[in-house]
Amino acid sequence: MDYTWSWDVVFSSLPVLAQGAWMTIRLTCIAVGLGILIGTFLGMGRVSSVKIIFALSSSYVHFIRGTPLLVQLFFIYYALPIVLGRHVPPFAAAIVAMSLNSAAYVAEIVRAGIQSIDRGQMEAARSLGMTYQQAMLYIIIPQTFKRIVPPLGNEFIAMLKDSSLVSTIALEELVRKGQIIYGRTYKSFEVWTAVALFFLLMTLPITALVNYTERRMKAGD
Amino acid sequence: MIKAVNLQKDFGSLRVLKGITTEIKQGEAVCIIGPSGSGKSTFLRCLNLLEQPTAGQIFIEGVEVTNHKLIDVNQVRVEVGMVFQRFNLFPHMTALQNITLAPMKVRGLSLEEAEERAYQLLDKVGLRDKADEYPDNLSGGQQQRIAIARALAMRPKAMLFDEPTSALDPEMIKEVLDVMKDLVNEGMTTVVVTHEMGFAREAADRVLFIDDGLIIEEGAPDQVFSHPQSDRTKSFLSKIL
Ligand SMILES: Nc1ncnc2c1ncn2[C@@H]1O[C@H](COP(=O)(O)OP(=O)(O)O)[C@@H](O)[C@H]1O
Ligand SMILES: [Mg+2]
Repeated sequence: MDYTWSWDVVFSSLPVLAQGAWMTIRLTCIAVGLGILIGTFLGMGRVSSVKIIFALSSSYVHFIRGTPLLVQLFFIYYALPIVLGRHVPPFAAAIVAMSLNSAAYVAEIVRAGIQSIDRGQMEAARSLGMTYQQAMLYIIIPQTFKRIVPPLGNEFIAMLKDSSLVSTIALEELVRKGQIIYGRTYKSFEVWTAVALFFLLMTLPITALVNYTERRMKAGD
Repeated sequence: MIKAVNLQKDFGSLRVLKGITTEIKQGEAVCIIGPSGSGKSTFLRCLNLLEQPTAGQIFIEGVEVTNHKLIDVNQVRVEVGMVFQRFNLFPHMTALQNITLAPMKVRGLSLEEAEERAYQLLDKVGLRDKADEYPDNLSGGQQQRIAIARALAMRPKAMLFDEPTSALDPEMIKEVLDVMKDLVNEGMTTVVVTHEMGFAREAADRVLFIDDGLIIEEGAPDQVFSHPQSDRTKSFLSKIL
């Protein structure tokens, strides 16, 4: 096979790849941040004894987790504008799709966190006259924080990688930048190696952080 | 002050309480004994509505609290303090915060008022120096004393204890029982599920023996322990004494 190796291409396009990586990080941080916000409420809905709240939050979680993020993204970018009657900018579409997706996964993390707290905690709070909401707010939720940090870290890593799907709506994150450089140079091996390394550079520190907090928690209790 | 009338509780198809009727008077101390699984905890939990009775009525100071049209469940729980076998302190809060939280959030006390009350109670249970410790750093006996202080901080009209010493190492049982005896001596209306016969003889006005969801026998401690009438009481006592 005639293939001229040219790692120069990678070096000269480092700034462009870095721009893409920055977009990937921004997208992921905003999406997971919003996901945690929405997902916390959804997760509380998943343990609610109010049937309608439980049913709605469960349906949402099952719907999102049962369909691919790519389809959700296409739905918001291509299908929704038909109903809205206006174009949805790629960045907004990406944020909405990724946040709504992340929220469902965070909801399950929060649900598991709440259910891992000893039943006696809720009972003690209620026996002191606190309402269910007060018990959740002051007693249960604060105790879940520590426990859900590692799974949330994993969710962040998963979303960081899945954010590459938004390259399909021409948003210039890391993978899209790779495609652009490849289109200019045809150096597929070099370009995709570089893109992979960029992803590793972002995920490895978070993996290390997750492992560290997991170890500390095991030592803690 | 607390009256249960034909109280029944089902869990699914399992009937755990089969019609319990009794009255606990103002200032009275009642001990409940009985085999494991006989419904003692369930009875206690019904009294402060942690469990909803399936049938029957509970009156607290003459008000039927099982009638939800009349009362707010949270209001009932405020008036009846509860202490659990496994303490159930809030592990993310200091001893002091454990005691001040509910008075502030439920009773609307200011931080200063709540802390002043908390320190008085910490003195009462002999743990003022542990105010800023987290539960994990306290012994079982200390945790249970904090749990008692936490319940008392709501100024309840009655206190329920569900096997408060059965999760404790033997050397810590006395410090908890002493706090409970003080309470009884001060005239607190108290219901205790316990197998501590010494405590029952010394502090209780009345002992209830519950078996299979029914009160089988009741009377003064000496009466029940030394001259039990029912064969089931006799056989139970022979196993634990
Ligand atoms: N929340 C519950 N759901 C189903 N069964 C329960 C529940 N709580 C208690 N039980 C059952 O009710 C019976 C009485 O329990 P309990 O009141 O805890 O007895 P005791 O305190 O006398 O040991 C047991 O058979 C127990 O398994
Ligand atoms: Mg019990």
